[in-house]
Amino acid sequence: MRRRISLIGFLLVAMLLVGCGGQSAEESGATDRCEMDDPPLYTEGVLTVATDRPAYPPWFKGSPKDYSGYEGDVAKEIAKRMDLPIKWVVEPFNKSYAPGAKDFDFDINQITITPQRKQAVEFSQGYFANAQGILVMKDNPAADAESLSDLKNLTIGAQVGTTALDFVNETVEPAEDPKVYDTTNDAKSALESGQIDVFVTDLVTTVYLRDFEIDGSTVIGKYPRSEQFGILLQKGNPLVGCVNEALTLMKQDGTLEELQKEHLQQYLDVPTLEK
Amino acid sequence: MAEGGPGAPGPSADAGRGSRALGNRGVLVSSASTVLFFAVIALIVALSPGSEVVAERFFNPKNLWQSLVGSTGNPSVLGAFLLNVKIFLVAEVLILVLALVIAVVRGIPGPVFFPFRLLAIVYTDLFRGVPLILVLYMIGFGVPGLGLPVVSYLPDVIYGVISLVLVYSAYVAEVYRAGIESVHESQNAAARSLGLTRWQSLRFVVLPQAIRRVIPPLLNDFIGLQKDTALVSVLGSVEAARAAQIYSASEFNYASYVVAALLFVLITIPLARFTDRLIARDKRRREAGALA
Repeated sequence: MRRRISLIGFLLVAMLLVGCGGQSAEESGATDRCEMDDPPLYTEGVLTVATDRPAYPPWFKGSPKDYSGYEGDVAKEIAKRMDLPIKWVVEPFNKSYAPGAKDFDFDINQITITPQRKQAVEFSQGYFANAQGILVMKDNPAADAESLSDLKNLTIGAQVGTTALDFVNETVEPAEDPKVYDTTNDAKSALESGQIDVFVTDLVTTVYLRDFEIDGSTVIGKYPRSEQFGILLQKGNPLVGCVNEALTLMKQDGTLEELQKEHLQQYLDVPTLEK
Repeated sequence: MAEGGPGAPGPSADAGRGSRALGNRGVLVSSASTVLFFAVIALIVALSPGSEVVAERFFNPKNLWQSLVGSTGNPSVLGAFLLNVKIFLVAEVLILVLALVIAVVRGIPGPVFFPFRLLAIVYTDLFRGVPLILVLYMIGFGVPGLGLPVVSYLPDVIYGVISLVLVYSAYVAEVYRAGIESVHESQNAAARSLGLTRWQSLRFVVLPQAIRRVIPPLLNDFIGLQKDTALVSVLGSVEAARAAQIYSASEFNYASYVVAALLFVLITIPLARFTDRLIARDKRRREAGALA
């Protein structure tokens, strides 16, 4: 196994002396089988589930000790099928893909599955088909946009780390570089004060902001991108087998669809924008 | 001891003196200990169980290059770094001016000027005390929220520069003040006795000496300023650290952070060496003065 020379370049010449390192978790792959009645766990007897804080409705509702909401309930349902109690922990998104051991069994936090990301972490099968939503203020010229190309000459904002940002850069291709914010709240302030004309993020969040957070805002449309939200696990964690088995069962018996109806239906009824 | 003339390079003269003082054996020992020191660190890193993963996630050449020049959907860290440089250059000039005004105002004697002195004191206390990121949030999200004409409709980078100027001027004003107070009172008295006004004495006698003395600490603050330009990204503009974060989140790879860090170091080193040179020059001058 050849080592990467570039690391050494940075950490000075002496590193060249070294031949081999420890066994890498990256290599082993998720080949071990996962038994639903005896899954490999971070803490024995408890399913440790992580998400970022603040957690936003309708993905998460209720207290951080016992979340409900769509993702909260999906996690609960998975735990139920493994016959385990849930313990919720906080995991910032930017840390969730760091190398090294994870402090949780799995992380559920509206994380989109992409091929690049798959090289660094393990993803479950998708549990929600995401579309991008386009949120504007009613009194802004952006409210008259009828297609994505009408957005090209506007100032667009997105949150860092979201596929909405990729969508803006790759599909909308605005003339001015998009503004990028740390949190949904910062982007929301910028939209309200007119620093940006358009805020792009996942559809459900845009509709939630329209209905509950930003007076005078409107969602002018959605744009589906065949993206799926997936549950994130440590690369090579065999638990992914059990999570997938639970999700498959939930899709077969209609549980997942019911949860979507219960939590998300009101957020999905938005016209699709043409490119 | 004879010192070099005005054209003699400071640091190299120092280095030459240093190795002569150490002697051959000293050089040998220092080289050996340096090599050993870094070899041990490198070994610990390389033999750690996660080294393979860390090498892949932080130092993969493909990712390093990709994040430096940019890729589909991800901004180039190098391109974004130009914004840091621009912010730094503009902020630096404004800080030098505003801070000097504050320092001078704080030193104006006389009871009439008390409210101005008070204002200068409150200003430095306030802006040295509040973390920069909070000032950024308050200016960058607060002022546009007010809906005032013009002032509330500036680009976010401007609010970023304003915040940097507000905070750093408070620090730099204190540096100036230390310089002004280090100039002996007799200088001022002599200038006044020659018939210079208070302002002329300040302008032509005190400030030239004061500013020359505080150049090294000023440059030190500017190195801090260079790094803090990264914080402006919270207001929406994509500078180097933010571009690195975007790359990292999209690829789940941290190589972009390494690239951004290296760029910041690269631009800091010339300024740091320049500061060293000025300090060495100043030291030589003072030593020469003492001997004369």
